[in-house]
Amino acid sequence: MKAAVIVFPGSNCDRDAQVALEEASGLPVAMVWHGQHDLPKVDLIVVPGGFSYGDYLRGGAMAAHSPIMREVTAAADRGVPVLGICNGFQVLTECGMLPGVLMRNANLKFICRSVHLRVETSQSIFTAGYEEGQIVQIPVAHNEGNYFADAETLDRLEGDGRIAFRYATPDGDIGPAGNPNGAARNIAGIFNETKTVLGMMPHPERAADVRLGGTDGKALFDGLVEALA
Amino acid sequence: MNDEMTQSEITPEVVAEHGLTPDEYQTVLDIMGREPNLTELGIFSVMWSEHCSYKSSRKWLKTLPTKGPQVIQGPGENAGVVDIGGGRAVVFKIESHNHPSFIEPYQGAATGVGGILRDVFTMGARPVANLNALRFGAPDHPRTRHLVDGVVAGIGGYGNCIGVPTVAGEVNFHPAYNGNILVNAMTVGIADADKIFYSAAAGVGNPVVYVGSRTGRDGIHGATMASAEFSEDSEEKRPTVQVGDPFTEKLLLEACLELMATDSIIAIQDMGAAGLTCSSVEMADKGGVGIELNLDAVPAREDAMTPYELMLSESQERMLMVLKPEAEATARAIFEKWELDFAVVGRITETGALVVTEKGKTVVDIPVAPLVEASPEYDRPYDEIAAPAIIRSENVPNPDDISAALTQLMSSPDLCSRRWIWEQYDHMVMGDTVQPPGGDAAVVRIHGTQQGLAVTTDCTPRYCKAHPETGGRQAVAEAWRNLTAVGATPLALTNNLNFGNPERRPIMGQFVGCVKGIGAAAAAFEFPVVSGNVSLYNETNGEAILPTPVIGGVGLIPDISKCVGIALPASDQAIILIGETTGWLGSSIYLREICRGEEGAPPPVDLEAERRNGGFVRDQIHRGAVTACHDLSDGGLLVGLAEMALAGRMGATIEATSTLQPHAWYFGEDQARYLCTTAAADDLIARAREAGVPAMLLGRTGGGELNLPGGITICLDSLRESHESWLPDYMAKA
Repeated sequence: MKAAVIVFPGSNCDRDAQVALEEASGLPVAMVWHGQHDLPKVDLIVVPGGFSYGDYLRGGAMAAHSPIMREVTAAADRGVPVLGICNGFQVLTECGMLPGVLMRNANLKFICRSVHLRVETSQSIFTAGYEEGQIVQIPVAHNEGNYFADAETLDRLEGDGRIAFRYATPDGDIGPAGNPNGAARNIAGIFNETKTVLGMMPHPERAADVRLGGTDGKALFDGLVEALA
Repeated sequence: MNDEMTQSEITPEVVAEHGLTPDEYQTVLDIMGREPNLTELGIFSVMWSEHCSYKSSRKWLKTLPTKGPQVIQGPGENAGVVDIGGGRAVVFKIESHNHPSFIEPYQGAATGVGGILRDVFTMGARPVANLNALRFGAPDHPRTRHLVDGVVAGIGGYGNCIGVPTVAGEVNFHPAYNGNILVNAMTVGIADADKIFYSAAAGVGNPVVYVGSRTGRDGIHGATMASAEFSEDSEEKRPTVQVGDPFTEKLLLEACLELMATDSIIAIQDMGAAGLTCSSVEMADKGGVGIELNLDAVPAREDAMTPYELMLSESQERMLMVLKPEAEATARAIFEKWELDFAVVGRITETGALVVTEKGKTVVDIPVAPLVEASPEYDRPYDEIAAPAIIRSENVPNPDDISAALTQLMSSPDLCSRRWIWEQYDHMVMGDTVQPPGGDAAVVRIHGTQQGLAVTTDCTPRYCKAHPETGGRQAVAEAWRNLTAVGATPLALTNNLNFGNPERRPIMGQFVGCVKGIGAAAAAFEFPVVSGNVSLYNETNGEAILPTPVIGGVGLIPDISKCVGIALPASDQAIILIGETTGWLGSSIYLREICRGEEGAPPPVDLEAERRNGGFVRDQIHRGAVTACHDLSDGGLLVGLAEMALAGRMGATIEATSTLQPHAWYFGEDQARYLCTTAAADDLIARAREAGVPAMLLGRTGGGELNLPGGITICLDSLRESHESWLPDYMAKA
């Protein structure tokens, strides 16, 4: 699997994503500067976490209009898989590649902690490495992770099996107790219609090294390598 | 002389407003050989402010041990530099942003983080960890909640955005900080040992380049504000607080590191306190050269800024560099890529003077060496502070119920869980945080290696108040123990000396005592001081803070697979108490929280015993014999054990009994002690005996409770609830 990571000037999880991708694929990752107008030919594009252009306005609002995102959108339209993590998820919603928005966390505070997620489907290239219903532990670190969409959109996402992960308690309960940020229906990650684009607030790249306290995120990268080999 | 230079009359009132004494002003006149203009007076004022000149503290700072085979750069540069082998160096410093944070907590704390980050990356290091040391007023003081909320959000807001993990820190609450909170921020970075950048300018004719944010009217005279006491009108000083822009700092960080990878920079200095003035004067002075600045070329955020404002602005995210002349194009291209202002604002001269021009006219002409060398240095009179009487444990009431006392301590403001704080900090970004906040020291892996850096900040102000010299020793000892307890070899320290008004003899006595204690401990541990900051005048209407000399410690872990944490790891392990317990309750948390007393001599710090016990513990960790370790400090033995149990979600049973009174045994704060768990207790105790280190089998791990002799049982779930809920509950109150 050849992967590219988009680097905005305020990205700060670009290196973390690169490390996890290279570890999983064994191949060097292309780091693509935001001002570039052409994307290398790759099997996966990752829009990483961070604060793309400072995000003083709203997470990802400016990044959505950057030259490179036009290329990413075009590639996604051709079916190239795109993974947006944290700020990357915000960028993908701001671009319209994914529905809904990420609002300020319900408690109005930045939240950095390991949370439990329930894997809602294993029927995607991103989640093939998990079992449906599996509870995994992956960290979140965000100010604006409170997913919101209108009820109709949420129903459609659910009906089409486009919810990838939901926040849960360690026992797998989907309710307020396991919801760190107030996200609608505990949504932590969603797919586009073709399930070739995934946006998620949790950071799988932070749970891919046993030294850092967990490897539940590694299955996502390993699954991608297997699917896109 | 042009119009502006003669425009404002320098009256005694103007001199006083600039914080200069009549004697100091006479020195200015002697240096200048004429009356200075207002801009020049402003420059003398900030350069000779306590904050920039260390005029009250310098005499004593010189007594600190600053050398060692590992030290590449000691105090005097933007940050200290220590060799860690493998061609790498660790670069670190701590700095205060106390006064601004009290006035405007979010921006004050945020720009404190921004400033210390710049100090570290100016030296050529990539920052890899942020820490902080915070002191707030009494929880029931009407401002405290607002200040905690703003400071924590500000620290997080800056560090999270720039993408440097905030991994460790400490927080205390005490009424002595009601009018003056402390916000000390520390940054640790990693550089190539042979690519450290310094601030000494050189090369007559070389361009002086300004990069980063534009200059606005914010923060003018911040350094002067930080050098005076507060009074009721401190609110009016809000305009002197700068506003942080972490995104621009991220750009500046990346652009500087990119430029540093080329061979372009002769000298670099960040614009922090006193902005353009301090950076240009320091660069010129260190290089023994003159510097000429053209203010028309300085990127300004606002129109019609005067020379006074441009020279004294403390706008953030700015750097001044001297470049090799042939490197200008390379440098400009890098800064343009990062969309940052890049302007040649001057050149190095042979005049030895700081000459500033505006619209072709000279508006400042000050000889640099006298400006720096003649900066006042005071040998302020002080009172020697004797240790108070020792309190015997027989004279301190025992609690009715040990279990209730433990719960009360674990849910007290100073010992409750800090999770509410550190979950607002991105402590994982950069993917190398091996030990997150909540332990003795945080551990950050050196990227791409198996080495780690252990980092901690420590100070026990109530000990420093009771007896400054002991308190100074203890602060160093605790930092050293915290590094030791994760298996690190302590390398060097940085200190942030926070005190009240040094013009008062008892306060100066606190300062001198603490510095003596720090010096003694640093020398004994071969744990030199490589950088630091002094913050004086932390008092309001004559009420001073507790003396708070914060120690930031850095240690090296050769192999992170060998480092240990505080969490009880497994059941049926032996718990070993290392060090001697006498049951010292004077100045303890027990005395304060349970008996409402703050009296008594603090626990003595036996530096030899510290060295011996700590060395033993570290060796056993390296040998793989220790599975968890925790230094004993605030709250003593039982609090330490409870913290280990909560972290490991694992109970323990204390089997050993003591001849001491229960409160002295469980809550005494004797120093040089650790709790370790091991699978091989007999062997560990035998080795300790051989090393002359006191060690005893305390008990065993297992179950879901803490069991004490005499049928005392403490439920971990309810203890956790109390421990975790105090801070969030407190902050949730309107």
